[in-house]
Amino acid sequence: MASDKERPRSRFSVVLITIAVLYVACLVVFPALALVRGALGDGVGSFFKVLARPDVRSALWMTAKLTAFATIVNSVLGTIIAFVLVRDRFVGKRILNALVDVPFALSPVALGLVLLTLFGKGGLLRPLTDAIGLEVAFAWPSMALATTFVTLPFVVREVGPVLEEMGTDQELAAYTLGASPLATFVRVTLPGIRSGLAYGATLTVARAIGEFGAVLIVSGGIASKTETATVLVYRALEDRDDRGAYVVAVVLALASVVLLLVLDLLRKRRTSGREPRR
Amino acid sequence: MQLYLSRVAPSEQFGHPAADLSASVEVSRSLHRGWLGKLRPSSERVGLRVIATAYLVAMVVVPIATLVREGFSAGTKHIIAAVTHPVALAALWLSLKTGLFMALVNAVMGTLIAYVLVRYRFPGRKLLDLLIDLPFAIPTLVTGMMIVTLLGPHAALGKLFAAAGVRVVYAAPAITLALLFVTLPLVVRSVQPVLLELDIAEEEAAFTLGAGEWATFRRVTLPAIAPAILAGALQSFARALGEFGSIVVVAGNLPRKTLTAAVYVFGEVESGDLRSASAMSLLLVAISFLVVLALDLLSRKKQPRG
Repeated sequence: MASDKERPRSRFSVVLITIAVLYVACLVVFPALALVRGALGDGVGSFFKVLARPDVRSALWMTAKLTAFATIVNSVLGTIIAFVLVRDRFVGKRILNALVDVPFALSPVALGLVLLTLFGKGGLLRPLTDAIGLEVAFAWPSMALATTFVTLPFVVREVGPVLEEMGTDQELAAYTLGASPLATFVRVTLPGIRSGLAYGATLTVARAIGEFGAVLIVSGGIASKTETATVLVYRALEDRDDRGAYVVAVVLALASVVLLLVLDLLRKRRTSGREPRR
Repeated sequence: MQLYLSRVAPSEQFGHPAADLSASVEVSRSLHRGWLGKLRPSSERVGLRVIATAYLVAMVVVPIATLVREGFSAGTKHIIAAVTHPVALAALWLSLKTGLFMALVNAVMGTLIAYVLVRYRFPGRKLLDLLIDLPFAIPTLVTGMMIVTLLGPHAALGKLFAAAGVRVVYAAPAITLALLFVTLPLVVRSVQPVLLELDIAEEEAAFTLGAGEWATFRRVTLPAIAPAILAGALQSFARALGEFGSIVVVAGNLPRKTLTAAVYVFGEVESGDLRSASAMSLLLVAISFLVVLALDLLSRKKQPRG
């Protein structure tokens, strides 16, 4: 892989490598180790004792549910959006394309504010949700909305380039051989974009697990009810419940390390025999 | 993007060079009817289009419109009054200041790391490459905790800094540090692919002509990767403006001192002043939008598309 881009080792190179390694170590590795030490400071036994607490379990379960919701919704609709953006042509497509990136630019806090404005006390959509009898603000629907919003771009932006690269020859072949559009999609397109979809979905999971700002605002933070893992960490910090905060934070950090390894694996599989894309 | 119809005319593209004319006509006819044809939209295509548009409108347009509506609901005067309130102004200034400083450091260090990762082979290179993405995967709130744990008043390192009279945690340095952590991947991952695709021959030429490695980098490599560096730096700046989770933990959030714009918005929401919160959010979105626009113009200049 790119062996012709290498440089012979010089003094200059040693200095640069040292700076890069030290920088990443100081910025990322040492803080991460400090966190792990903080969590395991009282021994592994108390670590698991915290994990068995009902509020901790309910918060982790809440995060899992919200993450699953956002990942499923955005995998399906993200694939559709990517498909429409790459394969279709119509007026306003560029605007649609630009809209996809908006969640990256909007602060999660601003998103929480918007959801409160819409669904909070005297909110704009409140008459509608009241009519259905659905409690949105300070309940799981608004948290699911927030999580889905912040993770919207990932699948679209990962599936899009794969679709483009794949071209239409195979889809066309299937179609002309008599396959229905749906059959063509399921049998030809979907297998082709599998790698991009898996990568995008993993990014979605990672971001969804870590979502904090918007969920903090819209959840109301009722312990054991509407609390996610990140919100629990925040409450624990406020309540000086350091043990609880550290243990849940380490669980979240571990999850992100696992997801990172999954991403690395997916990247390797996708780029085997090709130049890395990212 | 590939235009689909222009590519399907000759029948041999389907791998049937022997196909006769009638088959080819049949093919092209079915294509015109088909889901991918551009001339007559099929119901499937329109359906997908409607789903995609409806989802994006509901998820993106409605929130932005709500923000604009709420922000402007009390008139432009109120917006100006809200964002020029001394506390708001100080928060905005702190966000811009720390964001700019972070972007600067990030541009330099991100470029250095990308260069090292692409041009050198050394033990632990893969691990370093992997670690770059860690900040993306770690919840930002946890990032904030890490920094406080390492540098806070109870930590050994924190005590060291305190003894030296340097305030790190609950002050601007910790905010910058948190931002650097959170945006670490952006410049590296923006520069890395460009470096990989750069023709090494030019660098080698400069090398053999007697230029040192630094001179080669400055004269040959840097001009080629400058747009990617700028793009990464702008992206990290835009990301920094909205950053909340890590900062709320490390900053201390004292009004006029260590309160950033995003945390200010949070405070206004908590105290029930949704309008002031909306006004500041709108301003932040506008700045982010301008940055993204600059980014877009930049990337279009870099690679003109047909």
